[in-house]
Amino acid sequence: MKSKILEVGKSQYTLRDQFGLSITKLAKKNKKIIVLDADVAGGTGLHRFRKKFPKRFFQCGIAEQNMISLAGGLASLGFIPIVTTFSVFMLRGLEQARLSIAYNNSNVKLVASHPGLDVGPDGGSAQCLEDLAIFRSLPNFRVISPADPNEMDSAVKEIIKFKGPVYMRTGRSEIKKIFTKKYKFKIGKGKIIKKGEDLSIIACGVMVERALVASKKLEKEGIKARVVNMSSIKPIDKDLIIKCAKETKKFIIAEDHNKFGGLGSAVSEVISEFCPIKVKYISVQDEFGISGEPNELAEKFNLDYKAIIKLAKKLNLKK
Amino acid sequence: MSKFDQDVNYIRALILLSIFKAKSGHPGGSLSSVDFLYFLFDKVLKLKKKDFKNWNRNYFILSKGHCAPALYAVGFIKKFLSFNSLLNLRKIDSNTQGHTDLRKLNWVGASTGSLGQGLSYATGIALGLKSKKVNKKVFVMVGDGEIQEGQVWESLMFSAHYKLDNLIIILDYNKIQSDDFNKNIMNFEPLKDKLISFGMNVQEIDGHNFNQIKNCLLRIKKNKKPNFIISHTIKGKGVTFMENKPQWHGSVKLTFEQIKEALIELNNFEKLRKYL
Ligand SMILES: Cc1ncc(C[n+]2csc(CCOP(=O)(O)OP(=O)(O)O)c2C)c(N)n1
Ligand SMILES: [Mg+2]
Repeated sequence: MKSKILEVGKSQYTLRDQFGLSITKLAKKNKKIIVLDADVAGGTGLHRFRKKFPKRFFQCGIAEQNMISLAGGLASLGFIPIVTTFSVFMLRGLEQARLSIAYNNSNVKLVASHPGLDVGPDGGSAQCLEDLAIFRSLPNFRVISPADPNEMDSAVKEIIKFKGPVYMRTGRSEIKKIFTKKYKFKIGKGKIIKKGEDLSIIACGVMVERALVASKKLEKEGIKARVVNMSSIKPIDKDLIIKCAKETKKFIIAEDHNKFGGLGSAVSEVISEFCPIKVKYISVQDEFGISGEPNELAEKFNLDYKAIIKLAKKLNLKK
Repeated sequence: MSKFDQDVNYIRALILLSIFKAKSGHPGGSLSSVDFLYFLFDKVLKLKKKDFKNWNRNYFILSKGHCAPALYAVGFIKKFLSFNSLLNLRKIDSNTQGHTDLRKLNWVGASTGSLGQGLSYATGIALGLKSKKVNKKVFVMVGDGEIQEGQVWESLMFSAHYKLDNLIIILDYNKIQSDDFNKNIMNFEPLKDKLISFGMNVQEIDGHNFNQIKNCLLRIKKNKKPNFIISHTIKGKGVTFMENKPQWHGSVKLTFEQIKEALIELNNFEKLRKYL
């Protein structure tokens, strides 16, 4: 069956590039948008914004704590500051994000490139596997991780529409296009992007495409795996989780993140309270990454489609 | 005694009264900073309660947020706060939280309590006002212990780089931080040289002297450099048994005898005894 929102193929842009493009486009109309950077605009995709709007681009130097508190002050004047750096360096300003942004419910967007093992060759120090857990724990923060450039474009519009703090992952690697332009991201909403009733694979970010591949291959072996894109990690789509739990009875939750506190935990919190079912996790097993290409790392750390297939078979055998 | 000094004595008494009622709070740095705070709110900022809804105005931010009792007492005098709120400092459901809190009071400018952040936040406001081409000023007060935070120096670099001459940083230099004198905890002298090399216009004054406070603010330059006022003060100023003693930093539970002695010295015991 052909779906209107699904169309897997080559993508011209990475998630970070798409973010740069989308926010620059949106900023033409929305003059409140400004960008703060800590000397990594080339890496975050914001060099485009800098070129187009030099007066609305504020270089903060390699000083993330100041940058994040500063954004709170700017937001109090009605600006919409987009704070950009690598995921791992956002953690440097965690306490600043807590008091100068979350506490006042300030309209600041922290947009982080380089999340997860997906960072690749830069290695373990740069591969942030803790950000979803950390920012999810801050009151008022929304936490999202779009899966492809078209969803990113839609997400950019949504996070600017939303008045309040957002932490959003972009991504560094070459990725596939998954969705058509019809796909619309909504804060707090997940979406079933492939049907199936034997189990559900709940995924976010780069794991969504891998989940789709796994589901397709499983089909050939007679296992119908539903795929859910859960790009809004906080707030999480409780209703959809309950629906899928009732309909498929088994979950695999997949994320490019440590096993604690991220999407796996967010979904499990709903399950354990409202609809206890069998759950398995695809995530990094409480360790740090290493250098390598993203696909090599995905294989080594059991984050690739093969790992999903293996787990799905295990789950399904125990029907 | 001048009217100003009389007012400030009364404010000092209110600070201690509120801390006495709260059974906790930081008297030392509140008492040292209050002359400058009162001068700013009384003579410089000229803000009315309704002005705080508007972003296009002057700002004051207390980055050393544990000295909130001083800001609240000044706020009471300027009619931003009720007497009842002042006496409910740190109490459940009060708007006078232990540290200044934007969720409760819009006129405090920033939520503080984590040292170092308020300065960056104020710097963000100064940058925003500049880029909106609005000719308004941002005053921000930091503590001497506070400037040991790396974030403070990040923000000084930033305000110098962006030529934020609408930013006026006041250091309440009372020489004492939480546990001990600065020089015993972590020396940062020579400070003036550091600040000049960071691109600040630096002035040094006696922060308990009305004329010096007034004059330093008249000398604020518009020369594309942020302004930094080193205001030498005495921690615990005005109450002899508290002056210059680290143990009066906070969080202090005052006895009745202590509050009585303090209010007597501040000439406000008779006026305020009914609230004790
Ligand atoms: C980041 C941070 N670390 C530690 C504290 C705990 N603390 C509260 S006040 C204080 C001492 C501050 O000294 P100073 O800045 O000199 O303040 P003042 O003397 O004016 O009271 C400390 C360490 C804090 N509030 N924030
Ligand atoms: Mg001090």
